[in-house]
Amino acid sequence: MMLQAIAFYVFAAVLLFSGAVVVTSRNPVYSVLFLILAFFNAAGLFVLLGAEFLAMILVIVYVGAVAVLFLFVVMMLDVDFAELKKGAQSYLLPGLGIGGLLAVELILAVAMKWNFATQAMPAATTPKGITNTAALGHILYTDYIFYFQGAGLILLVAMIGAIVLTLRHKSGVKRQNAWTQISRGPAESMSVVEVKSGEGVE
Amino acid sequence: MTIAHDLMVLAPELILAIGSMAALMIGAFAGDGASRLISYLMALLMFLAGCLVLTGEPATAFHGAFTVDAFTRFAKILVLGSSALCIIMAQAFFETEKQVRFEMPVLIGLSTIGMLLMVSASSFLALYLGMELQSLALYVLAAFNRDSLKSTEAGLKYFVLGALSSGMLLYGISLIYGFTGSTDFVAIAGIIQSSGVSIGLIFGLVFLIAGLAFKISAVPFHMWAPDVYEGAPTPITAFFTTAAKVAALALTIRAIMIPFSGAFQQWQQIIVVVSVLSMALGAVAAIGQNNIKRLMAYSSIGHMGYALLGLAAGSAEGVKGMLIYMAFYAITNIGTFICIQAMRRDGEAVETISDLAGLARSRPGFAFALAVFMWSLAGLPPLAGIIAKWYVFLAAMHAGLAIPAVLGVLASCVGAYYYLRIAKIMYFDEPAKAFDKGFGGRGLGVIVTLSAVFTVGLIVVPWLLLSPAAVAAEAILH
Repeated sequence: MMLQAIAFYVFAAVLLFSGAVVVTSRNPVYSVLFLILAFFNAAGLFVLLGAEFLAMILVIVYVGAVAVLFLFVVMMLDVDFAELKKGAQSYLLPGLGIGGLLAVELILAVAMKWNFATQAMPAATTPKGITNTAALGHILYTDYIFYFQGAGLILLVAMIGAIVLTLRHKSGVKRQNAWTQISRGPAESMSVVEVKSGEGVE
Repeated sequence: MTIAHDLMVLAPELILAIGSMAALMIGAFAGDGASRLISYLMALLMFLAGCLVLTGEPATAFHGAFTVDAFTRFAKILVLGSSALCIIMAQAFFETEKQVRFEMPVLIGLSTIGMLLMVSASSFLALYLGMELQSLALYVLAAFNRDSLKSTEAGLKYFVLGALSSGMLLYGISLIYGFTGSTDFVAIAGIIQSSGVSIGLIFGLVFLIAGLAFKISAVPFHMWAPDVYEGAPTPITAFFTTAAKVAALALTIRAIMIPFSGAFQQWQQIIVVVSVLSMALGAVAAIGQNNIKRLMAYSSIGHMGYALLGLAAGSAEGVKGMLIYMAFYAITNIGTFICIQAMRRDGEAVETISDLAGLARSRPGFAFALAVFMWSLAGLPPLAGIIAKWYVFLAAMHAGLAIPAVLGVLASCVGAYYYLRIAKIMYFDEPAKAFDKGFGGRGLGVIVTLSAVFTVGLIVVPWLLLSPAAVAAEAILH
């Protein structure tokens, strides 16, 4: 139990710290790297909860795909973040004001009465005898099929949207046509030339 | 409950979903030339889905995530009707603009599925999924004219602020889950009945209402609306102000009245403030506008305020008033936006109010229809607008909200100025150059006529709307 508590606080502290650095860091590459660190620590928290599948998915999807994609975008696009931040400076004061007010209200509410429902507190337990992943699969495709398919439709819209907004058919671009390539015969691609000595091939 | 039963309950949405995917396939292989076919196919599918909705029996499916009752039937018919008309409008619009792409009807179809899911959602997870499906398609549609700076700006603004509002909504939902231990509407109502309202739950409720108010562009979460409505292509703006608003309002009614019936005191004051502020801003801010789409955006903010007054009443009567209001607003707005879409001079779309000058002389029918819509939106007797306002204000009075109701009447008097100004410009100003002939597409003139006939004729046959609205409102409170 003791070890678990230590692990929780280490993961949680590093998560909060790296989350803060993501926002405040001047160099966007550092921001992305700290984001990756934050994802790893969140995965650690999931492992502590006994949700190995979620932990691994977080590492594979978020670290493996999303964060690396971010890194590519940040490094390849010439985005002047210092310039972008200058504009944000003027909103800093009102933003901090509203944020601070919200924080004070939330803290006041904690101090007054902050009782979570007992049924919301414990993590869902995996049924005995099957793995975490299998248990998730069982409910995802039965009890949660409605939500699962709904999420699928959302992803479909995202895909259509990305294509609608960015795909442009440029004229004059040479495209590869596999059939033309395969059906090319020796007759149209080769010719026998007699080369006279002392002259080159035209 | 077997899966077959669940799927039968979901039939209208399923038909639309499968139809959208089939349409996507047709479009992917046949290209943009098939756009007209796909548009009419989607409109037909919406009609079929509407028939299925009408015949659907009250039921719940998917472990209480999805509910069908008289209320959802009323809202879904409105959503499907407006969506189908918007597709026809949009097809005509993009054909005239020579920007036809087959994804447009598909995206409107997918967005409509999201709206139907929102209307029927009875758990917070279903609510969020429906809302995201609808919003994501709307963001893309707002930026659909990607070569126009205004349109892309509209899409980006809508997307960024929409993501922010989703964040607030999710934070609220997570707090509500934390303090009740459930995401199911009925279960939450039961928990509030038995263990009362905790301070944390109120926090969740406030964030939830903030997220929902953003979706219906109620003050103080309205600032995105004028820019987005102005920048988006006109038929898409019509879609935003009709189907999207109806779905979001219906969702707001269900997500607040069903789970939080035990916390009425707590949310009533928030809704009253939001409602009064929206009415006031809608009345005052629209006065200075020259762009008619921007004016309609502020008008929309104001009308959301009037509709929310019915919710603030918290009674079946209030819900009935809101439903009548939604129906009136959607039908009048479709007509208005077809008129706005038909404002073309020498093949170019024009959007300023001064372009309407003297329209009554060159196009008497057009001017009369638009004047009817403006008269109705202003809430002047004897058109549809006054009937809708009457029932909302009456419900507010019966619920003891005399002051907000009086403020609403005042706001509607102030607002009448800018609606009537449009009528005055059309009838009494020196004529500007005439608009291009027709309403810019086959059938659009018919829709305008039908919309105007409804607006004028509702006073003669009010029961046509009143009795289904009353039945629908009863379903919310049981």
